[in-house]
Amino acid sequence: MSVIYMLLAISILVAIIFFVAFIFSVKNGQYDDSYTPSVRMLFEDELVKKSPKEKEQTYPTK
Amino acid sequence: MSSKKCYHCNDECTNVLHFDDKNFCCNGCKTVYEIFSSNNLSYYYDLQSGAGSTPKIIEGKYDFLDTKKIVEKLTEFNDENLQIVNLYIPKIHCSSCIWVLENLNKLLPAITNSQVNFPKKTIRISYNPTKSTLKDIVVLLTHIGYEPYISLDDVDNKKKNTDRSLIYKLGVAGFAFGNVMFLSFPEYFDLSSSKSSGGEFWLNQYQTIFRWLMFIFSLPVVFYASRDYFIAAYRGLRSKLLNIDVPIALGILVLFLRSTLEIIFNWGPGFFDSLTGLVFFLLLGKFFQQKTYSFLSFERDYKSYFPIAVTKILLNNIEETIQVHDIKKGDRLLIRNEELIPVDGILITKNATIDYSFVTGESEPVIKKSGDKVFAGGKQLNGAIEIDVLKSVSQSYLTQLWSNAVFQENKSSKFQTLTDSIGKRFTTFVLAIAFVSTLFWLFYDSSKALNVFTAVLIIACPCAIALASPFTLGNMLRIFGRKKFYLKDTQTIEKLAQIDTAIFDKTGTITTAKKSKAVYEGITLSSEEELLLKSTLRASNHPLSRSLYNMLAENDIATLDEYEEHIGKGIEGSINNKYIKIGSANYVGNTIPENDKNTSVYISTNDAYKGCYVFKNEYREGISDFFKTMSETIQVAILSGDNEGEKSRLEALLPKLTPLYFNQKPEDKLNFIKSLQDQNKKVLMVGDGLNDAGALAQSNVGIAISENVTIFSPACDAILDATKFKELYNYIIASKKAMRIIKWSFVLSLLYNVVGLYFAISGQLQPVIAAILMPLSSISIVVFTTVSTNILGKKLR
Repeated sequence: MSVIYMLLAISILVAIIFFVAFIFSVKNGQYDDSYTPSVRMLFEDELVKKSPKEKEQTYPTK
Repeated sequence: MSSKKCYHCNDECTNVLHFDDKNFCCNGCKTVYEIFSSNNLSYYYDLQSGAGSTPKIIEGKYDFLDTKKIVEKLTEFNDENLQIVNLYIPKIHCSSCIWVLENLNKLLPAITNSQVNFPKKTIRISYNPTKSTLKDIVVLLTHIGYEPYISLDDVDNKKKNTDRSLIYKLGVAGFAFGNVMFLSFPEYFDLSSSKSSGGEFWLNQYQTIFRWLMFIFSLPVVFYASRDYFIAAYRGLRSKLLNIDVPIALGILVLFLRSTLEIIFNWGPGFFDSLTGLVFFLLLGKFFQQKTYSFLSFERDYKSYFPIAVTKILLNNIEETIQVHDIKKGDRLLIRNEELIPVDGILITKNATIDYSFVTGESEPVIKKSGDKVFAGGKQLNGAIEIDVLKSVSQSYLTQLWSNAVFQENKSSKFQTLTDSIGKRFTTFVLAIAFVSTLFWLFYDSSKALNVFTAVLIIACPCAIALASPFTLGNMLRIFGRKKFYLKDTQTIEKLAQIDTAIFDKTGTITTAKKSKAVYEGITLSSEEELLLKSTLRASNHPLSRSLYNMLAENDIATLDEYEEHIGKGIEGSINNKYIKIGSANYVGNTIPENDKNTSVYISTNDAYKGCYVFKNEYREGISDFFKTMSETIQVAILSGDNEGEKSRLEALLPKLTPLYFNQKPEDKLNFIKSLQDQNKKVLMVGDGLNDAGALAQSNVGIAISENVTIFSPACDAILDATKFKELYNYIIASKKAMRIIKWSFVLSLLYNVVGLYFAISGQLQPVIAAILMPLSSISIVVFTTVSTNILGKKLR
């Protein structure tokens, strides 16, 4: 048993792992919208302005 | 005073509302600001100032969302505790929009997740239906200025699966290409030449496993990734057509078979690298060609504009929401303000002001009286009306146009592209060479005959030719897109280059949608009367009053003592015992015969008739020059649904002897185009309204002119932004030049083929030569076409 079989197997395995990762990312719709995530990542995470009254006001639905 | 901009929507404020030290143009904008700031969402304004849009709230417009059946059809997922809905919001335009829409849960806790797809302008909302209904969400969105666009189309064609197979195929081919290249590296350097000649022992030992691995990698490429080429070639052959796919499929097949035989009988390494590379490049070309504008739709029919449901009035005056498809003849419908009339009917209530701009492109609303017929597609502008239904949805005057056979045909399948027509000659030529050279070798050295035969087919595989067209046209498509000329597919460029006749719709196409020119005819008004006129107009919301108000010279505004609006007739106002009447001829007491072909507003002060403002269609800038240059090479004609009121003005604007046709019904337009095509003309139709839809579908190339590309355009091959109208002729010229670029790249790729054929015919085609020639020719073609189309694009405005 030569080491080259091992090397070949490993290299092809690595390639196949990436290939499968690619297929899954396409399937999950990662390539459907290539613009919005680039904007989204620039938003501040959470905007907690210390409002004095700490009011739990939500929009009245009708 | 006029420098004050609304903090929310950035519009000029006429009546400034102060709130929180900020200016607002109206109550709507102020309310949205209040909602945002009280919920800690004022970061919205930090992202982009004046990003908002004024909300338009119409009571009861979304009552139909209470109907369970409709909600079921609209939602993507429907469960007791979770509903997911995808809504199209045309107003999405900046990062502020994304931010606020993805923070919707702060406004409505029932929303668990909302995600914006910016290019498509859609939002996907997951929410708990037990806490808030779909209607609550839609009403909330409307309240903050992001009104979703829900049409009949959303209900009818649900869940279009996006076709991702090309990406998968490209992935498979690229994956295999890379690995095969890597595995055939030892062969390239000839390290593993036979043992006798003292080749590298190491690699010699493992030659077989390397080769069989390459074989395994090429299997998915041949049987999955290149399947489309085999199918297209088979279809072509069956309809007795030699398209470009035939030599490609033949090349792939021969490459695969010969390579397999070579490794089985240990003749050589095979051509697996060229094979996988070829398929990868071909698919890359296809992928590049497939530029889609996800925010545009080229397949809209009336369903995209029609509402899902309307309010039906039952006998005992009970209102009920029914779906548009369920409307029957004899039903009585309630059409609210700003709602679209879905069917033909008879007006029951007194007066209606109906905007047919969806249908005809004419922005001027039409006044209808009780008992008049109203047609489907009109939008009611002035309060609620009731109509009695005459015809069901699919049989109405406008909608029956879609039952015409044109809409069922697939335009693209009939068209033979330049590549296909070249492919035919090319295939015959290649097959001839293959047979002749094989025959020659059969007599000369029969052992090489098979080798030569396959080598010719391999090297002549028209990879570069097949790439020339997708890359040239794909790049042109992108260049046009940047110039706001959006094409459905690359084939449209080819068709555009062949156009010899151009037909134009009048209203909304060569005229602007806004009427901004009015000529006063009559007794000159005194400055006091002008003040009175302007002050009265200011109070009215009628579209004609609005545009006339904007047209009149800057004047002081006085407070009116009295003001009254008579719907369907006109308005009156008074200051200091002077009063003015503005409106229709009858209303102001005009005795002069009415000019019924143009829209006019009549004026009288203190019961004495003064004169009238005649609204003129305003033609787009530079159309006179545009038609003059265009008519030198292309036959031009005007096809209008209107009366002949504008005939003399049009004749003055257009080159002499341009045919003008008036009073054309939608079907007439379609048939007119058909009759031209029967005379073997290649017809370009330029239109804008739904009434042009038939003509746009029938023509070789249908271009829709649109003031706002995201919202309105009927089904067509291309959408042109209205501001770029006068560039259209230059775009046609550019497509012709693009076709010339393709022809030049054909010549270039033929040169490569000649070089390759020399090696093939002389029987010395080594895998290395194939592996070098193939990518080299493909890449140089890609570079050539991209550079030359970019140079072409630079010249366009």
